[in-house]
Amino acid sequence: MNSFRLTLWQVRYTNKAYWRNPAAAFFTFLFPLMFLVIFTALLGHGHVVLSGRRISLSTYYVAAMASFAVISASYVNLGIAVTFQRDSGILKRIGGSPLPGWAYLTARVIHAMLMAVLLVIITTAFGRAFYGAAVPSGKHLVFFVVMLVVGSASFCALGLAVTAPIPNAEAAAAIVNATILPLLFLSGVFIPIGDHAPAWIQWIGRVFPVKHFADGLQAGFVGSAFHWNDVLIVAVWGVAGLLVAARYFSWEPRR
Amino acid sequence: MVDEAETGATPRNDDEYAVVVRGLTKSYGRVKAVGGVDFHIARGEVFALLGPNGAGKTTAVEILEGFRQRDGGEVSVLGYDPGSPQSKLRNLLGIVLQSTAVDPYLTVEEMIGMFAHFFPHPRPVGEVIELVGLSTERTTRVVKLSGGQQRRLDVAIALAGDPELLFLDEPTTGFDPSARRGAWEVVRNLAALGKTVLLTTHYMDEAQYLANRVAVIASGRIVAEGTPATLGGRDHARPRVRFRLPAGILPPADLVAETDAEGFSSFTTEDLTRGLHTLTNWALDNAVVIEGLEIIRPTLEDIYLQLTGGATARDPDLPVDPMAGGSG
Repeated sequence: MNSFRLTLWQVRYTNKAYWRNPAAAFFTFLFPLMFLVIFTALLGHGHVVLSGRRISLSTYYVAAMASFAVISASYVNLGIAVTFQRDSGILKRIGGSPLPGWAYLTARVIHAMLMAVLLVIITTAFGRAFYGAAVPSGKHLVFFVVMLVVGSASFCALGLAVTAPIPNAEAAAAIVNATILPLLFLSGVFIPIGDHAPAWIQWIGRVFPVKHFADGLQAGFVGSAFHWNDVLIVAVWGVAGLLVAARYFSWEPRR
Repeated sequence: MVDEAETGATPRNDDEYAVVVRGLTKSYGRVKAVGGVDFHIARGEVFALLGPNGAGKTTAVEILEGFRQRDGGEVSVLGYDPGSPQSKLRNLLGIVLQSTAVDPYLTVEEMIGMFAHFFPHPRPVGEVIELVGLSTERTTRVVKLSGGQQRRLDVAIALAGDPELLFLDEPTTGFDPSARRGAWEVVRNLAALGKTVLLTTHYMDEAQYLANRVAVIASGRIVAEGTPATLGGRDHARPRVRFRLPAGILPPADLVAETDAEGFSSFTTEDLTRGLHTLTNWALDNAVVIEGLEIIRPTLEDIYLQLTGGATARDPDLPVDPMAGGSG
């Protein structure tokens, strides 16, 4: 069997194991919906003005929670799960088998991306059903899908990269969340950042990938102009994550 | 899986030996973990590497498994150099690491099946499950297995690819006695299948029961090598005859026996038959009743403790030449 088929085969096992931990799966799927309900309840059914466009807050939050869901499924979940696998010796055992290590990790990345897509579909359907939010369609859908695939792949790569500085599995959740939560706030995922936000916040949004990704998905939802720049910057971060992972990723427990 | 061209190195023609190690060295920073180790393992042999914690066993074994790069020396595993990564060698190895986990939510059968898939010629999953005695746990999730059962699953996973050479790093550490017996039977089954086994352990009875040959490693060096019966000159060590005589009666002068505080007398002898004959003849002639007569030979553990300096020697008559029973 060649490595490509082995990788796909491995996705099946990753998927099986994933759904057999229903608590973990349930909360991964519940989180974005829960936040969607909380944010829309808190901030009402008004409008937000972004780059001169009036967008209904519910559509804004459906789009924002879709980005949040993708980042959770790829960056957060993968970073934490792979650190646990590293520290419990699962990765080392794979390293002693004929399965190439990259094939094993690729299977995990493919699975995380599939989960991200599933989460986006659920969040969108939920938003459409309960908040009458706009959904991507037509040529916006094509762009939306491109951003979604590039974004989830890039955040997976960053999830693998972040395992490198994590010293042990117990610290994984804390470090992963500490690296992503501030960015989610400063990138307008939880609270809309208007056009008059402080310069340093806008600067952070321009440098890091979260705002570019969220803006890209949002463009798909609200049908605004699409910036290839957003895709490019997210992809550059993804490649950087991949390079860091290739250089510093550890297959053995760090004790 | 991977093309021939990608694997590079050509296997050396070692038909007789599964493993050949010459002058192996490895340091971590300034600490010398392995300081010039030589040994070889014949095909089909169960070879045990004994040593206290931190002696360098795991480092040496992990170099053979391809997890560590050596600093110096020659290593051949099934004709390949484990230092240059190659999937062809990986196809032939079964590895049971000291502490590893598997995905807790998959079943025994799924886990073995998953690993079996990585290999070109896997052993049927059902057969492997039977071999390690997990037939009734076949569809049990890993998270529900006992410690002993999980270790057996480790061995089963290592056997999934039907390897020629099996590495067992402390396979029974933390087992209760009956689980250890069970694990030993598994290893015996493997030996019966003609597999070569490299076992590391710090249990003497385990080495004695399982291994054809034993090497003792201490402070990164092999200090003795031989069969469990001959290690460290165990077979040449003089047996000690120990007994108790009724109060007031002294042992015959020609046996040069010493008497300890508990009232037991003992003597060592080159010629056990003659020594016993002298003692019993004297007892019969003088109508003396000998109590608690026993013949004591140094156990593998005595030899081990002496070789590794782990304790004060219990018997001053043990030979001290460390290579006395070794093949060098």
